Amino acid sequence: MNFDPRYSGRSFSSVGTRPIRPDGVDKVTGRARYGADFNMAGQLVGRVLRSPHAHAVIRKIDTSKAEKLAGVKAVITAADLPDLTDGDAAMYDILDNCMARKKALYDGHAVAAVAAIDARTARQALKLIEVDYEVLPHVTDVDEAMKHSAPLINDAIFTEGLEEKPVKPSNVYKRTQYGHGDVHQGFAEADMIVERSFKTEQTHQGYIEPHACVASVNPDGTADLWVCTQGHFVYRQHCAQLLGLEASKLRVTSSEIGGGFGGKTHVWAEPVALALSRKAGRPVKLVMTRDEVFRASGPTSATSIDVKIGARNDGTITAAEATLRYSCGPYAGMWAEIGAMTAFACYKLENVKTVGYEVLVNRPKTAAYRAPSAPMAAFAVESAVDELAKDIGMDPVDFRIKNAAQEGTRASYGPVYGPIGIGPTLEAVKNHPHMKAPLKQNQGRGMACGFWFNFGGQTCTDLNIGMDGSVSLAVGTVDVGGSRASLSLVAAEELGIDYSQVKAVVADTSSLGYNDMTDGSRGTFSSSMATISAARNAIKVLRERAAQMWDIPVDDVVWEKGHAVAKGEKHGNLGKLSLKEIAAQSGKTGGPIAGHSELVADGAGVSFATHICDIEVDPETGSTRVIRYTVVQDAGKAVHPTYVEGQYQGGAAQGIGWALNEEYIYGKDGRLQNPGFLDYRIPVCSDLPMIDTQILEIPNPNHPYGVRGVGETSIVPPLAAIANAVSNAVGVRMTHIPMSPPRILAALEAEREG
Amino acid sequence: MVEVTLWGSLSAAAGGQSKLDIEAKDIRELFRKLAEQYPAFEPLIDRGIAVAIDGTIYRDTWSKELPPGAEIFLLPRLAGG
Repeated sequence: MNFDPRYSGRSFSSVGTRPIRPDGVDKVTGRARYGADFNMAGQLVGRVLRSPHAHAVIRKIDTSKAEKLAGVKAVITAADLPDLTDGDAAMYDILDNCMARKKALYDGHAVAAVAAIDARTARQALKLIEVDYEVLPHVTDVDEAMKHSAPLINDAIFTEGLEEKPVKPSNVYKRTQYGHGDVHQGFAEADMIVERSFKTEQTHQGYIEPHACVASVNPDGTADLWVCTQGHFVYRQHCAQLLGLEASKLRVTSSEIGGGFGGKTHVWAEPVALALSRKAGRPVKLVMTRDEVFRASGPTSATSIDVKIGARNDGTITAAEATLRYSCGPYAGMWAEIGAMTAFACYKLENVKTVGYEVLVNRPKTAAYRAPSAPMAAFAVESAVDELAKDIGMDPVDFRIKNAAQEGTRASYGPVYGPIGIGPTLEAVKNHPHMKAPLKQNQGRGMACGFWFNFGGQTCTDLNIGMDGSVSLAVGTVDVGGSRASLSLVAAEELGIDYSQVKAVVADTSSLGYNDMTDGSRGTFSSSMATISAARNAIKVLRERAAQMWDIPVDDVVWEKGHAVAKGEKHGNLGKLSLKEIAAQSGKTGGPIAGHSELVADGAGVSFATHICDIEVDPETGSTRVIRYTVVQDAGKAVHPTYVEGQYQGGAAQGIGWALNEEYIYGKDGRLQNPGFLDYRIPVCSDLPMIDTQILEIPNPNHPYGVRGVGETSIVPPLAAIANAVSNAVGVRMTHIPMSPPRILAALEAEREG
Repeated sequence: MVEVTLWGSLSAAAGGQSKLDIEAKDIRELFRKLAEQYPAFEPLIDRGIAVAIDGTIYRDTWSKELPPGAEIFLLPRLAGG
């Protein structure tokens, strides 16, 4: 990578402004095309048959009656998706999750699929498929699944990470441990210790747009996939591997995306749609229903967490310890490990230890959800921190400031921090008017901190300058949160032109080099780095072309504010050449003008946030209402502040739903009881106050503009901030998320009964 | 020569050692020598290891130099949402 990513401390003209979003009109007028809005000639309708059992051996599947139904063009089972994963365990799990092979592992697990001429015929065909199940005992609770008596989900799982290799299989895939110092010694030095256990229930990302795709496999081995995804290049890799296609012959085009939040980083229906199309010889559209989205895609982990924190009377934390048990669905994962890494990342600790357990359960395969695993760990830790501050008699903000990590602190997950923003977010909260506003009866205030790593990754960008001087920017990171606008601002900044001259598009997989997906808060961080690099390469060409037009050495040409300028006394009579003037002559000076960039954007700076929440609780019904909410977060540099604020508000809104209402509820039969938005209650606008935001800008030293990711950290503090607010409102420590009305009433009743 | 600290679960691959001294100029050479000296590392490197250099996490830039005296910390390769 011949590109210097170091922060330069420059001033900005375009970056930091708030132009109108380029995709806004299409989205509000319905012209934007999402996953289900694409159609192909001769297209069939795909539908999936799903297991009604939480755990069952698939003894036999008879598809003969369905195949004979008029209008049915293809029926597939796992036999049509042979194992081509070549020992790659993670890919095998993805394959098995897309279509169950030997066992159905959760309610909603796909077991067969059909492609028919219309939806009615497809539904009829599903009813004609006969599946002979041997129903097995199941387990859906994370604590129950760890017991020796629990039904075994995968007899090939022997817990990794133990000192001695176990002789018996179990539902615990892995144990991991982080920390430093001596927690026993640290607790011995403490004057006050808080020790509690917490639980959080499983939630869904709740994206408004269900998974949808159109697949077309041609007889010559080429294929097209139009799909709603956070990463079309990754989908191409996975689908090509699972289907035995050559990646370069599978063109994947990403649609507009109606939310992803990590849930669209996985393939679910896409390999099935491609397999149906391959068998039918016609394009197939497959759109999941909301019921299917809940039962068979993307939820986060349910958790069970024990926390112990000790402090001296002066407010210094002497030791901190946590044991975190996270559900993974029926496949291996590393969700508890991430929780173990992030749990105490906000604090400067001499003695800290976290242990994570990855637990298999008969629920859908866990997927990333916005700063995956961190919100649950933060809920447990920040609840205990709040309680400890209260027990010592310190203000919770001052207690956190006293113990906050800073530059040079050894993080609880290992390395020493560079420049970080936890301290400034806490100081901003301490001085925020929200903290001084009066509260009424039955109202409580809570605050909490959160941490997320942020990531970069492989990134490729093309910047093309038209002969009219307009600029098209082709990027490969899907725009899930406004990156087309922010990247256009970055291109305008580098080239020294107006934002309106730049049009950014998300290119398909055949038009651009590989890009990792938009996850880990990397979209604007990574693609802005590649855009800066591409623009600087284009400027090099522009200078060369200007030198030709002037017939002077290129070294005498510099680029200033969108113009080529000839430097030196001998060129004093040459006027500036604008980008538009140079572009107009491009056909006569060497052809099209473009800048390209292929790089690995690494060095994404870690991110911190602190939130404040006021809540009102009705003690008779247990119902809650968020009265006021404030987000303070470090953005490094806010490229488009409105979008940054939107990310802050969106994370808080999702966190509010998670904290107060959202919950997967399973019956004793292991079936999901609430797979729909009527019974799975996400917050709507009328449930929420205006969420106030404050952007802090502590530059990331590893990005030319100082940019950090902003998409995920905002969902980390809400569970804890709201739990602290509710606990303060009702006078009872809340330890189970969501704090739904029945759970609040139960906690109040338990308190009354002592 | 750089001192490399291993996260808890990784130390098992190095026979229980949590710190290793490795002669390596960049991440690529570090991984190559780790795999040579401790074969149990090879599948873990394939699965994904990130390298924190003075607190900054690098997941894919194997050409990144390891400055003398820098703190080198190996972590699992994580993904986000």
